[in-house]
Amino acid sequence: MILNGKALCYGDHVDTDVIIPARYLNTSDHKELAAHCMEDIDKNFHKRMEQGDVIVAGNNFGCGSSREHAPIAIKASGISCVVAKSFARIFYRNSINIGLPIVVSDLDIKDGDQLEVDLDNGVIKNLSQNTQDSFPPFSPFLQELIAGGGLMNALKEGKL
Amino acid sequence: MSMTMTQKIIAAHCGKDTVIPGEIVLVDLDLVLGNDVTAPVAINEFEKAGCKEVFDKEKIALVLDHFTPNKDIKAAEQCKMVREFAWKYGIVNFFDVGQAGVEHALLPEKGMVTAGDLVIGADSHTCTYGALGAFSTGVGSTDMAAAMASGKAWLRVPEAIKVVLTGKFKPHVSGKDLILHLIGKIGVDGALYQSLEFVGEGVQNLSMDDRLCVCNMAIEAGGKNAVFPVDEVTLAFLKEKGAKTPKVFTADEDAKYVRTIEIDLSNLNSTVAFPHLPENTRTFDEIPKDMVIDQVVIGSCTNGRFSDFVTAAEIMKGKKVHSKVRCLIIPATQQIYLDCMHAGLFDIFIDAGCAVSTPTCGPCLGGHMGILAKCERCVSTTNRNFVGRMGHPESEVYLASPAVAAASAILGRIAQPSEL
Repeated sequence: MILNGKALCYGDHVDTDVIIPARYLNTSDHKELAAHCMEDIDKNFHKRMEQGDVIVAGNNFGCGSSREHAPIAIKASGISCVVAKSFARIFYRNSINIGLPIVVSDLDIKDGDQLEVDLDNGVIKNLSQNTQDSFPPFSPFLQELIAGGGLMNALKEGKL
Repeated sequence: MSMTMTQKIIAAHCGKDTVIPGEIVLVDLDLVLGNDVTAPVAINEFEKAGCKEVFDKEKIALVLDHFTPNKDIKAAEQCKMVREFAWKYGIVNFFDVGQAGVEHALLPEKGMVTAGDLVIGADSHTCTYGALGAFSTGVGSTDMAAAMASGKAWLRVPEAIKVVLTGKFKPHVSGKDLILHLIGKIGVDGALYQSLEFVGEGVQNLSMDDRLCVCNMAIEAGGKNAVFPVDEVTLAFLKEKGAKTPKVFTADEDAKYVRTIEIDLSNLNSTVAFPHLPENTRTFDEIPKDMVIDQVVIGSCTNGRFSDFVTAAEIMKGKKVHSKVRCLIIPATQQIYLDCMHAGLFDIFIDAGCAVSTPTCGPCLGGHMGILAKCERCVSTTNRNFVGRMGHPESEVYLASPAVAAASAILGRIAQPSEL
């Protein structure tokens, strides 16, 4: 799968409290969560975001609470992929489990740069800067999990 | 092949003699946990997948603790959904208001986790139970849904950091100062995907409450889990709580660690994490004397245990909370509430001008029961000080021990007990 979108850039240690503040965790409705996505770190997130855009961040993206509401809010907002230098571990597994593509890369990307992410071949291109980086594939177990449509499908198929 | 304590527990739960760091394994679970925020998402997934029954009615714990007593209609609906799920599937360990407490204080108290167990919970602070010699880690709601149906979860076998403890705390220094010091040293991603294994002669000087507090905040260093060796303190605690027979795992002498950190407990001082990351730690020689505060919170899965309130009450006895400060006392469980009450601690707190609350996670996550206004500042015994964590995005949370929180409440600024 090849994803295209512009970069929305953030720094290190973006925590799940700013991705979706706890005051909105009294619901699990995807649309409602999406409406408040990134609210405490970027008030203009929804104004500047277009369908398919890519969140780009530094180290330890998604640290903090285990709330799956965070990747749900990002995915339901229409973000196609999150690229970060590293991910916090619960956010990492939550994203895989719900099918939000995540990519580990330290390619130099500026806010607004046009990106192309080739998930199958592990290549991320910065079209604005004419640069690219490759990223390692997931382990075979996770590849199978993702290809099969996530954890609950694996469960239904008796793979757990 | 040599293994760490964590690796041995994981190996024992996936039917292997040895596991290697980086390997992904499917493990059998001894307990699966969720709360009123994470369980509704899991229940949706469980039902959407057409699951008809849970893997074991006794190995699932559902605790309504975050937005309870129900803070609004939406939260009430979430709790109702969890309640009805618990009844429908006959979940034995369902804790509603009146029995519930903050989950990570409640489960050890109820004897629901023993040494050698493998536990996952849809709450990041599930790593708390490493204090009991168990492997426990936080996961998401979909993990919880799959685990409720299958009793299994996928885990990447973690590398480990060895933390060697020596010495003994000075007065008014506690487990909170130890873990804040460690996070300050290695950073909020210093243990990313890794175990923190605490060892050394200093371990014997840590109470179970200290160990629970330390393991609780392993996630604040990015850790997958933290674990303490099983000793007399552990065994006495497990026996007192009526936990299952412990299975004791010990790290091999030649187990491999990615790094070793040595900490002499006697060198530690009261430590405060400044906004907006738990790694922004300072000791009092680096803290100005004029940092006025608006609120103090003493409670949570980190520091809402009986000994935390004993410490706070000793400091507050006969004194008054500063006129410009609200001080919230939140015992983490019904039992802790009773213990505080019977020990006369509530008289001390209420005489001092504190508000005493029923158990709830409430203010820790900015849920309810103590939300901060714009530019307000709070000293809190909780675990996170991210932007907006306790309320307005421009409010500030300073993480500290119960001793520092109590002294700060009296003096109306960030202060340590020796300043009283």
